[in-house]
Formats: sequence, structure tokens, C-alpha cells
Amino acid sequence: MNIIVPIKQVPETGNVRIDEEKGTIVREGVESIINPLDLYAIEVALQLREDYGGSVKVISMGPKNAEKAIKEAISMGCDDGFLVSDRAFAGSDTWATSYTLSKAIEKIGQYDLVITGVRATDGDTGQVGPGISAFLDLPLSTYTSSIKEVKDSKIIVERLTEEGYETLKLPMPCLLTVVKEISYPRLPTLRGKQHARSKQIPIWGPDDMDVDRSLVGINGSPVRVVKITRPKVTRNGKILDTTKGIDSKDAVMELLDFLKEKELL
Amino acid sequence: MSEVWTLAEQHNGQLKPISFELLARGRKLANKLNAELSAVILGANLDDESLQELILHGADKVYVAEDTILGHFLVEPYSNVLEHLVNEYHPDIFIAGATTLGRTLMPYLAIKVNTGLTADCTELEIEDETGNLLQIRPAIGGNILATIKTPKHRPQMATVRPKSIAIPKRIEGRQGEIVKIEIPSELLKSRTEILGTRSSVDEALGLEDADKIVAGGRGLKKSDNFELIKELAELLSAAIGASRETVDRGWISYPHQVGLTGKTVSPKLYMAIGISGAIQHLAGMKTSENIVAINNDPDAQIFQLADFGIIGDLFEVVPAIIEELRKRKDS
Repeated sequence: MNIIVPIKQVPETGNVRIDEEKGTIVREGVESIINPLDLYAIEVALQLREDYGGSVKVISMGPKNAEKAIKEAISMGCDDGFLVSDRAFAGSDTWATSYTLSKAIEKIGQYDLVITGVRATDGDTGQVGPGISAFLDLPLSTYTSSIKEVKDSKIIVERLTEEGYETLKLPMPCLLTVVKEISYPRLPTLRGKQHARSKQIPIWGPDDMDVDRSLVGINGSPVRVVKITRPKVTRNGKILDTTKGIDSKDAVMELLDFLKEKELL
Repeated sequence: MSEVWTLAEQHNGQLKPISFELLARGRKLANKLNAELSAVILGANLDDESLQELILHGADKVYVAEDTILGHFLVEPYSNVLEHLVNEYHPDIFIAGATTLGRTLMPYLAIKVNTGLTADCTELEIEDETGNLLQIRPAIGGNILATIKTPKHRPQMATVRPKSIAIPKRIEGRQGEIVKIEIPSELLKSRTEILGTRSSVDEALGLEDADKIVAGGRGLKKSDNFELIKELAELLSAAIGASRETVDRGWISYPHQVGLTGKTVSPKLYMAIGISGAIQHLAGMKTSENIVAINNDPDAQIFQLADFGIIGDLFEVVPAIIEELRKRKDS
């Protein structure tokens, strides 16, 4: 089974700092990591390879240093990695990103599954997985929480919805976006790290793929960010400190009054 | 006349609350644009009463596509039908819920109809000069609010965070038109098959639909202590939420997780117990209407966001709340 895993490099959100005046993200000194939800996609791909043979290839679109994320994926056990990186791709929205990645996946060719994390923790859109499936005309399962069976080029999965779980049967090739419940990501191994170090990661620009230049980057993006603001953080609520003389029974009574007043009881 | 569209959602033929919330959003936009507000619904054997409910809650028109294959959501036939409708009627704006359905279907459809899409908006406005839709959404863990536009492509599409607006008033006797759509049969095909559904034995799935959530964090110290959260949640008729740490430690299952790598919720009441409020967690609940925090650390971030907070030992405070609620229930 040949599997392609599109991954994204994201800033470690715990450490994100915002330039208060400009309202932009301070990138300097912020560590970049593989999108945490993509680790589950990598893990489930590696498990499928262990069970059915084949290969796991990762692909990422981003700046040159996204190579680090690809190498990390290889050190977890992925076979190969490709980086889609060029100034022409800068400013891509989810439409243009889906288009560009679908072209890169076509270039890799020969796959049974495309697996991604359900969304990235920075943009938090969850739109690129379904977008790739639409461009490549692949059957799609989002919020996939487990893989039940692989047989006769069909895959049976469960997906998590508001109402519970539903079981889907998809013909391969198809695309899955996965949630945390599906697996527990392994750590990179020493051997994997050595493998990653020696691995050459090809970098693809618009001339390396069959892309229409008017459809990539900012020109190919239907949406524009027009303004960034910093929402107000504090609500200035009523805080009762039981460690400073307020009796906890009294605090509880006040809490219940608050809930009653807001019609929440 | 230009049209603003909302996607109504049904489960087993029952309209979901998001269908009405979207009409509240859509009504505001349609009025400003002097446009018609239409709800689109896909399903099997929908009853007329439900369709009328959409009109009574603000729709001028309801487009209905019915077929057995549309009874349950499958992305291919759903997208095919909507693509067909969009190309036929050219709506100016098309919004759906940021639900598992909306966040699957809309990005797929946006590619098929060649337009932009903004995810999980918490506010929608019309720009005065241009009449363009301003799509406002939190990003980067809720640290910033981005305003996004789709200047040239139509329809302007967005998914909207559930529970981020109240359901509009039902107006008895409100009139509207129901348009039943003829769908070419070749559009009603799916390569993906649905084999079955199961609701989890777990009581708190549907976290996204809950009006109240009681959530537990690492402050609970061990798995067994989640019983306190469950007890309180039951007394308040609330669903059970959890921080990432508690899920990763196996104290509670993943569907309960709120935050960046879990669910995004916006209930009327979010009660955070023993949750410090890491920004990843805050990103998933900061638009809740009322936030209550109980934590022994006075410096915990969660207090910044709380409308009401108690600094104290949760093992003292929570049982006291439970006891008092029981007393009131009994009397």
C-alpha cells in the first residue's frame, strides 16, 4: 500500500507571541514543529505500511526550512519526503494550497491513500484535506477515528461526528483526514534520524509540477485577509479567593446566584 | 434579486439548531444587501412542517432536494447537488455551520464551484462601500481575529461556529416559498458507502450541541476524580468536557477534548474545573457566553477569561456545589 501524507510545519502555538502594535505573529525565536494532528496521520500511515507493505511518502508546502518537518517525519519511519517551496506559492489560501498540493501528489503518483491531520493548529481551517480530495476527485472521509478493515482495494473506516460514529466504506485511492483517537504517534528512532540526515529532499517549484501559475500563490487565492485585530483577552469577571479569607461555602452560594441570574440553573 | 443562502442541516429528518442560527446570521446580511434569504436543505422524506419552520424563522425561500441517498450526509452526492444549485441560481453568499458536515462539505464544494471559503467564522458583516461579505474568524489559537474577504469570486462562502448566535424569533404566519428541486439522477451517486452508525455509550458526545459544559483538567489529579465532574454535569444537565492532558493520560475519551486538537465549543455556560487555561484549551472555548473557573492557582490563565471564578481547592468547592444543588433539587 502506497501512502502519501501531506504535512504542515506550524509554530509551537504554546509559545506564540503577538506584536501588540502590529497585531502580527512574532516568528523570530518561535520553534517550528510538525502540526500535532499530522503526527497521527503519519503514525496511522506507518502502521498500514507495517501491515500491508508499500511506502509512506510525506509532502509539505512551505518555506525552505519546512525541510526540517519532513526530515522529522522520515526519522519517524517515513520512506521519502518532498518539499513544495517557491516564492510563487507565497500567500496561498486554502484553495490555492489544495490545488498546489494536489499537483504535487499527482507528480509523486501511484498511491492508494492520502492521509492528513484533520486540520493544522495554526490556521485551524481543516479545509486543505477536503480541498485536495476535491481536486483529485478522491472519495473522502474526514474526522476519521479508526481503520476497521482493508480488503479488495476498499477501506472501511469509522468517523467521529456530533451524533457519534459512522462507518464508511471507501474504494481506494481515497483521502482520509484523521483525529487524535486513531493512533498514538511514535517517536523518531536513532536509525530513522540517521536515515533522515542522509536523505535528499527534492524541492519543487511551479516549473517542476504541472501547475497553472495563475492559480497558485496570492494570485490564485480567492480569499484575502484584510485586517488582523487582537481580541480583548480579559473579561474582568468576579473572582473570589478562598485562600484569602473568603469562606468556600459563601463562594459557592455566590456562584449559584450568578448561575441563577444568568438563567443557567 | 441577489440571494443569501444558508445550509440547513437535518439528522434523521429533524432540523438541527445550526439551521436556525444560520438564518439569524443570514437575515442580517440579506437585510443589509436588500437580498432574499434562502435556506437549502438536502434529505430524504422531509416533512412540510420542518420546511415551514425554516420560513417561520426567517427564510424567504427554501430549496429542497430530496432523495433516499440524501437522507444521510455523504460528501459526493451532497456536493454534486449543491454545485448544481449554485450554478443554477448564483447565490451571492452561501454559509453553512462549522460542524463536521459543514467543514467537510463546504471545502469540497468550494473547489468544485471555484470560490473561496473561510472556516469557523464567529462574525459576519457586510462592507459598506462594496457590499462584500466580511468574514471574521479567530486564528492562531484564538490569539488574533482575522477579517477575510472574497473580492472577486462568487458565491462568498463561509462556515460559521455553532452556537455563536441565538436562534431567531419564530414569527407565526410568516410567508415564504418552498422550491422542490429536480435533481438529475447522475448527481445522486456516491463511491463511498455508509455501512452504519453508532452513538457512543459515552454520554457526552454531542459536546458541540450542548448548552452547558462542565470540563475537567489536570487539577483533578486522577481518573477517578472525573466522577465529580460527571456528578456536577448531571445536576446541571451539562455535557462533559476535558483538557488535552486528561485525555492524553487516559482519564477520559477523546470525544470530550476541548481545544486546538479537540473540539471547538461555544456553549451558554462553560465551567472549567482544575483547568489552568493553556492557550490551546482557550482556543476551543473562549467564545463561550459565560465562563466559570475553579482552580487553586490564582495565576491560572483561565481566570483572565472567567466571568466568575473561585480560587480554591476544587475538592472542597465542587462537592459543596453538588451538595447545594442537591439540596435545592430536593426542596
